[in-house]
Amino acid sequence: MIIQSIKMAWEAITSNKLRSFLTMLGIIIGVIALVVLVSLVNGATGAVTSEITALGNDMVTVNIRDDKGSPIRLEDLDEISALDAVHQTAPSGSVNFVAKHGYSDATVSLYGTTPAYYDIQGLDLKYGRFLKTADIDNASYVAVLSYSTADELFGKSDVVGESLTIGGRSFLIVGVLEEDDSLFAAMLGGYSVYAPFTVESRMADEPYVTSIAVSPAGDTDNTEAQVSDFMLARLHQDEDAFHIVNMSSISDAMSTVTGTLSLLLGGIAAISLLVGGIGIMNIMLVSVTERTKEIGIRKAIGAGKKSIMMQFLIEALMVSLMGCLLGLVFSWMILALVSAIAKTISFSMSLGVVVLAVGFASAIGLIFGLYPANKAANKHPIDALRYEG
Amino acid sequence: MTAGKPIITMTDVTKVYTVGGEEVRALDGASLVIREGEFVSILGPSGSGKSTLMNIIGCLDVADSGEYILDGQSIEQYSEEELARIRNKKIGFVFQNFNLLSRMSALSNVELPLIYQRVHLGERRERAARALERVGLKDRSNHKPTELSGGQQQRVAIARALATDPAILLADEPTGNLDSKTGEDILALFRELHDAGDTIVLITHNEEIARQAQRRIHIMDGRVSEVES
Repeated sequence: MIIQSIKMAWEAITSNKLRSFLTMLGIIIGVIALVVLVSLVNGATGAVTSEITALGNDMVTVNIRDDKGSPIRLEDLDEISALDAVHQTAPSGSVNFVAKHGYSDATVSLYGTTPAYYDIQGLDLKYGRFLKTADIDNASYVAVLSYSTADELFGKSDVVGESLTIGGRSFLIVGVLEEDDSLFAAMLGGYSVYAPFTVESRMADEPYVTSIAVSPAGDTDNTEAQVSDFMLARLHQDEDAFHIVNMSSISDAMSTVTGTLSLLLGGIAAISLLVGGIGIMNIMLVSVTERTKEIGIRKAIGAGKKSIMMQFLIEALMVSLMGCLLGLVFSWMILALVSAIAKTISFSMSLGVVVLAVGFASAIGLIFGLYPANKAANKHPIDALRYEG
Repeated sequence: MTAGKPIITMTDVTKVYTVGGEEVRALDGASLVIREGEFVSILGPSGSGKSTLMNIIGCLDVADSGEYILDGQSIEQYSEEELARIRNKKIGFVFQNFNLLSRMSALSNVELPLIYQRVHLGERRERAARALERVGLKDRSNHKPTELSGGQQQRVAIARALATDPAILLADEPTGNLDSKTGEDILALFRELHDAGDTIVLITHNEEIARQAQRRIHIMDGRVSEVES
């Protein structure tokens, strides 16, 4: 019986193709809006989240504004490292200088740090090595260049063993980092050079540690709390003397924002689906009136209420689901196109959003088909047979 | 003639409509018996209660009072769903304006009542084809109603009525929309079906057509009387 109803629905839908398509259009547009908007937000969220993770998701940074007469020295970092929620600690002093090699020069950010920085920031080496403890202790003039810095100054990346001058001093290049093609690196631009903290602090004329990068052991929030307590104790309980940033809280905030955004856009799309559903109901009501005679004939030759109800309900459901299917196909094409244009970010349809769209479309087909189908089923056979449209 | 078992037994059936605050007795104590294998015409002018009688015989409507037994089954206050099932199994309708579904082929139209009987595809096709063959339209199976002449459309409608092997064939002015020559052919077909053993009830206002039947029943102001031939 269901197969027969589906067949009948198909016949009815194909007998007036333009009208059926226009009816579906509401659902098609609704589904496209839902799927594309949600997928775009999800894609963008995914991209941004992975950027934040690449930046060092599980990292806590501390910036000291006022040392209250008890400045933190490099040796003092061991005390922070000793906290049980802290894995590693590194200073990250920075100062801008002009770097030169031959005739080319560029303004670079010189970061003064220790070997631990490599792990905390999750850096990757392409050539050579990172800073070593001996470099710090000896205050050696050695430098690790970011890929873009090497490329800018030397026009090539394999520059280990060569030298350059930064702020008038000659540095030996011991390593080059992997190319960082992330969105943030592109946004921040800038050329980075990493040197021993002891060298950088001397050049910047800032012998104390004012900026600290901490990698957590376990929960990042716990790390933030312990480091914060440590700093408060050190800086006379003055909360304004330092600033602590938990990178994971940034990504948490980010995902809250994007979550709200996708809910909002999804909600707007759902409204357009609802409008599509009303379109279905409208056309189904017209169709029921137009086919009053047909309903009368079917009832006369033995169709019960249930059969008529089923026929019209399945018709509504089918229009809705066909619209949904077409909408998904169009959405897929749109997302493929956007991904091709955006290049760095890939937008894909998640199974979740497809299930959501199909579920929503079926629910709308059923809900908005129910009233017309019921109207058809309740027509009295004698009156329906007599009807002359 | 051999008197078969009664297919239709109506005893004192009354149906009252209220039109514009006024009671109209469409059927007023109508009683009649139609036996298996009979070809009966019900004759009456418009407004005589003919349509009401047909609706009640055809189980499209139920009587207000009185008893109606169709093929051994008493038709009382059944639900619409049950009446539909009875119509489906026991009644074969033939209408004045054919009432075929224009979207479907002749064969699909004939199959329709069998679909509602949930006869599966193979058997359905076979029975529909056999019914079309009986009315002489085997070679028009795949034509849509619009591609057929009036007479052919009415034959398809008769085939649709025959497909379920109903207890009675109920024809309401079956020649009303046809020219006299085609009408003759349809009536000849009815006689043929009657000779083959089908029970036929033909409702008409035309004395000439009514005379084709073996027995005539006259209806006037909701009252039924036998016409002696």
